[in-house]
Amino acid sequence: MRHAGVAFEASDGGDKARRFRAAALPYLNDVFTLARYLLRNAADAEDAAQECYLRAFRHFDTFRGGPIKPWLLAILRNVCRAEYARRGALAGMLSESLDTAAEQSVDGLWAEAEGSPEAQTLGRLDGETVRRLVAELPDQFREAIVLREVNELSYREIADVVGVPVGTVMSRLARGRALLRAAWRAEEKGS
Amino acid sequence: MTCDEAQVLVHALIDGELDASHARDVEAHAASCARCAAELAAARDLRQALRGNDLTHAAPLSLRRSIDRAVPSPAMTSRRAVLKGFAMGSVVSAAAAAGIALVVVRDGSDSRIMGEAVSAHLRSLQADHLTDVLSSDRHTVKPWFNGRIDLAPPVIDLTGQGFTLIGGRLDFIDGKPVAALVYRRRVHVINMFVMQGMGAALSAPKLDVIQGFNILRWTDHGLNLLAVSDLAQDELEEFEAKFESATKAERAG
Repeated sequence: MRHAGVAFEASDGGDKARRFRAAALPYLNDVFTLARYLLRNAADAEDAAQECYLRAFRHFDTFRGGPIKPWLLAILRNVCRAEYARRGALAGMLSESLDTAAEQSVDGLWAEAEGSPEAQTLGRLDGETVRRLVAELPDQFREAIVLREVNELSYREIADVVGVPVGTVMSRLARGRALLRAAWRAEEKGS
Repeated sequence: MTCDEAQVLVHALIDGELDASHARDVEAHAASCARCAAELAAARDLRQALRGNDLTHAAPLSLRRSIDRAVPSPAMTSRRAVLKGFAMGSVVSAAAAAGIALVVVRDGSDSRIMGEAVSAHLRSLQADHLTDVLSSDRHTVKPWFNGRIDLAPPVIDLTGQGFTLIGGRLDFIDGKPVAALVYRRRVHVINMFVMQGMGAALSAPKLDVIQGFNILRWTDHGLNLLAVSDLAQDELEEFEAKFESATKAERAG
């Protein structure tokens, strides 16, 4: 997915460029953050974010209004998915056909996290540690957590971006949070 | 409601995704079930702990620049258009060129948003379309926005403090739906627009004047608020202060 920032044809006109810049550029941090968490690598995330904006501008005519952030993040997710295919990642994180396998593989973790919920307050961890704990979550839970907690999308928007029913979003968030809480606890004990 | 359902629904509850009746059901269940109460407390606690940390990764400047280079700049294309327009000597092109020059001067989403807010304010006064939902009861106004817009605008009645809530309206700014809350002070109308992530985030209220209207912008809990009125500046600032302190009091209590 490397490419040398090819400029668009000037014939696209200034108005489209102006509208696109005003609408899409404010979400660069959202796009880059999701890319960082999905790809877990800064250089790949930069490439993915750039590719996302190139595609988004190219297809801006097909954008039918409404909030633009989920639209951008859906494009970003597709870009990351292509990157995953390129890497030939074993986990195939974003491939729904492999979700069941992924879900089973975290069953052990999940059982630990489930235990008996304790309402005891979590202690403070530094930002870098928290970002690492989120980054270490299994793929589909990490994706749901980041879309919700960082990108602040609604359940409906997350469901649209990920392409699963709202109920699935809800259960992934519940699991993801239990896992994150367990990891947080383990980190507190370890440090 | 079973525990299995409640365990998942407590997350929808803290995410503000449940309607009032489901929220009541979940809360009622948690009140009588220690396990689900613990799940709810744990979810709230995690939310609290996460909010204390910045989970974002700021886009590096190099990325910002390279995207900036890749997307054509409106200023560049419009300069070309200006030259072309004058070369053709056409009145239409000259007019278009003047419009483009204006765009170049007023580039930046903030000024455009403020310009559109003033237009929306004027429209609301002229077209006899001040409100879609006419009510001074905030419990009528707030739910009206459900399903019409993807945010829950803070609706506060400030009648006791000299600003009467008249109602709400769905409006469009920058091509996106926004919530407009309408207040009245004596004969002056205040349109307060509530929008998500449009324009720059502001920590302190910022005052601007456009076409003689005072515009006050501020940011609260991720929402951008923009009040437009022909009220004097100090009274508009008074509105903001009272609105914010009432919002804060409501959140706390």
